[in-house]
Amino acid sequence: MNKKLLTILSLLVMASMILAACAPAATEAPPPPTEVMTEAPVATEVMTEEPVMTEAPTEVVTEEPAAFECTDALGCVDVAPGDPVHVAFWGVLSGADATLGQDSQYGVEIAIDDRGGTLLEHDIQLTTEDGLCTPEGGSTAATKLAVDTTIVALVGSSCSDETVGGIATLTNAGLTTISPSNTRPVLTAPDRGPDYAGYLRTAHSDAFQGKTVAEFAWNVLKVTKAATIHDGSSYAQALQQVFVDNFTALGGEVVAQEAVAKTDTDMHAVLTTVAAAGPELLYYPIFIAAGGYISAQAKEVTGLENTILMGSDGMFSPDFITAGGAATKDMYLSSPDFSLFPAGYNTFVDKYKEKYGTAPLSIFHAHAYDAANIIFAAIEKVAVVDADGTIHIGRQALRDAIYATKDFQGITGSLTCSELGDCGAPVIAVYQIVDSDPTTWNPGVNPLKVYP
Amino acid sequence: MRTTLTERLAELAVAVSLWGFRILVVFVVVAGTILTIRTGKYSGEQWIDFVVFGIARGSIYALIALGYTMVYGILRMINFAHGDVFMAGAFSGYFLTAALSRSGFLDRYPIWTLLGAILIGMGVATGIAIILERVAYRPLRKAPRLVPLISAIGASFFLEYSFRGFFGPGIYAYPPVTILQGEWTLLGIGILRMQVLVAVAAFIMMAILYTIVMRTKIGKAMRAVSENKDVSALMGIDVDRIIVATFMIGAAMAGAAGVLYALMFRQVNFFMGFVPGIKAFTAAVLGGIGNIPGAMLGGITLGIFESIGPALFLDGLGITRPYQLQDAIAFIMLVMVLLFRPSGLLGERLAVKKA
Repeated sequence: MNKKLLTILSLLVMASMILAACAPAATEAPPPPTEVMTEAPVATEVMTEEPVMTEAPTEVVTEEPAAFECTDALGCVDVAPGDPVHVAFWGVLSGADATLGQDSQYGVEIAIDDRGGTLLEHDIQLTTEDGLCTPEGGSTAATKLAVDTTIVALVGSSCSDETVGGIATLTNAGLTTISPSNTRPVLTAPDRGPDYAGYLRTAHSDAFQGKTVAEFAWNVLKVTKAATIHDGSSYAQALQQVFVDNFTALGGEVVAQEAVAKTDTDMHAVLTTVAAAGPELLYYPIFIAAGGYISAQAKEVTGLENTILMGSDGMFSPDFITAGGAATKDMYLSSPDFSLFPAGYNTFVDKYKEKYGTAPLSIFHAHAYDAANIIFAAIEKVAVVDADGTIHIGRQALRDAIYATKDFQGITGSLTCSELGDCGAPVIAVYQIVDSDPTTWNPGVNPLKVYP
Repeated sequence: MRTTLTERLAELAVAVSLWGFRILVVFVVVAGTILTIRTGKYSGEQWIDFVVFGIARGSIYALIALGYTMVYGILRMINFAHGDVFMAGAFSGYFLTAALSRSGFLDRYPIWTLLGAILIGMGVATGIAIILERVAYRPLRKAPRLVPLISAIGASFFLEYSFRGFFGPGIYAYPPVTILQGEWTLLGIGILRMQVLVAVAAFIMMAILYTIVMRTKIGKAMRAVSENKDVSALMGIDVDRIIVATFMIGAAMAGAAGVLYALMFRQVNFFMGFVPGIKAFTAAVLGGIGNIPGAMLGGITLGIFESIGPALFLDGLGITRPYQLQDAIAFIMLVMVLLFRPSGLLGERLAVKKA
């Protein structure tokens, strides 16, 4: 019996080793500086499969004289005639926060539709990968995408945590990603490090959002004592800190800064601790599930009955009203200011509604649409097209072209990417939920824009 | 001789570090408690609130833990799919209440609706448990102990992702039930109605369960099977039937707990069973696995410690954001209880006979 088990196990181990040996050919390509003197197809394979190469351009001597020669520092992607141009979306697609990623994915899909599904006479293929809104999930998704050498560029991730986990893998694979919804300030900070070379975003940085929220609380709500709760995610932790810094600078007092875990459901205890500090405003810029629990339970805790509740863009979704129920009425949420978006945005929303049969699920669909279009425009700029229709895209050239984006007329405004990767036009507004029926969700009406 | 000496030294080192750990934890608890109370940050009413919140969440853990403990008591097997049976109960209750809420029945007959939701939750959970037992566990009953455990983890994933496939990854929310909102005042203390309901329901169910196991014929058979399957079979007990009955009762408890949990916290999604499942398993071990009142005691103790621990032990020590350490407190407490009483709070019988 044991012998049998051992045999099966060793067979399995052998099989997995064989598979492992065969699969990631991409990471085991021959060292770059050796002169590759082979026929054309093998040469191109070397080029595309050498992602981490940062040395001087490979000297590739091919026997076919007219063939395209890749001199890009990060290698090239070649799209043969009839093959699609492959782009990817990575972000949260499952769990309680799935609408955040789903919404962005729809934005990318509409961007593809708007081009008739083609780019330079090739079809556009979209791959999606779930990042689960966690650093681990982001890392897994990035690893899966990085080994696919046909991918040209990516849109994503959804949650700042996913980027923290996955960006090094993508950058080192020569890929460039534009996030439609990461708002954590440090991702585009001057000290963000070389791992972020392949990272840009069309979303606003929370340095702006936290400031607007603090100004709204101080100037409009006229509160002097505030408390915050975050969920340990990089997004929430950073945003509440920006709020605290700005609110204190305005003269306000932050009486409690608490934290919960993303998976917590019973918030009564932490809310009792917050209540003991007696805040007038409770700000919890977290995600839908935990945000719903806090909103519903805050009304049940003695001392918080009249405290003003406020959240941010992570909860700006009809799902949040579903999750929090009647308690979400009168709550404030900050988010990009949709009323300042150019006219193209309304046409986009009509397309969205027609295609998916729902009002936008979250807030970063337009940012995702713009991100995808920036990528397509950059590809068109740098792609070298052969006579037979094969296109070659240099990875470094593409990255440079994306960073060089200037005055791009998107549907979130006129976008110019800084050398630190910030492309977004940061216009933040504060909205108030006026009806706790999720079917009435319609940004501008419910929630109603109240500031500025 | 030398090896014995090194072995002895190693043993001594382990013993010393374990005692060091115990003393450290006790010291942190005592120092934290004194410092917190001296700051006077919380009023007496707030301390009572912490305990009440703890009892409410602990009652849910206890209801789930009953299923773990019963199955373990009879099969010596951890049924890791139990948390997902709980999730299935919550889902079925949701579909009934949501439908009745749309038709207006919920507002007219709230008590009947709640009863219906709990019954349908129990029913669906029981059905799933019967199938699980037949498909995933019975064929493996003679296999080594680890095999059904792996099968249980597989069953857990199967249930989670089937629900995800059927109902999607999003959130469903129970409709508000007016009679459960608001507070009742007991002895001058305001207690949320929902929490009273959960605690009372948990206690009633435990009492029923205890009576079944201790006073009825089937309970006697369960205890016999738990002692020795082969001898019970010789005595004319249908072991398969008793095992199925155990799974059914455990699952019914989990189904009811699922509906109560969802009524309390509103949100339902396919992954909701995972964390409560783990916590309930902890509660079962804490109380002494295999022991029914132990599961109840373990659940409530765990709930109270989770609720009161961050504020009482850590706040005074100047630790910021103590609620992120809530789970750490719960599990350190489990380690402490197991260090002092290796068989759990009420688990003496088990330690001698079965462990």
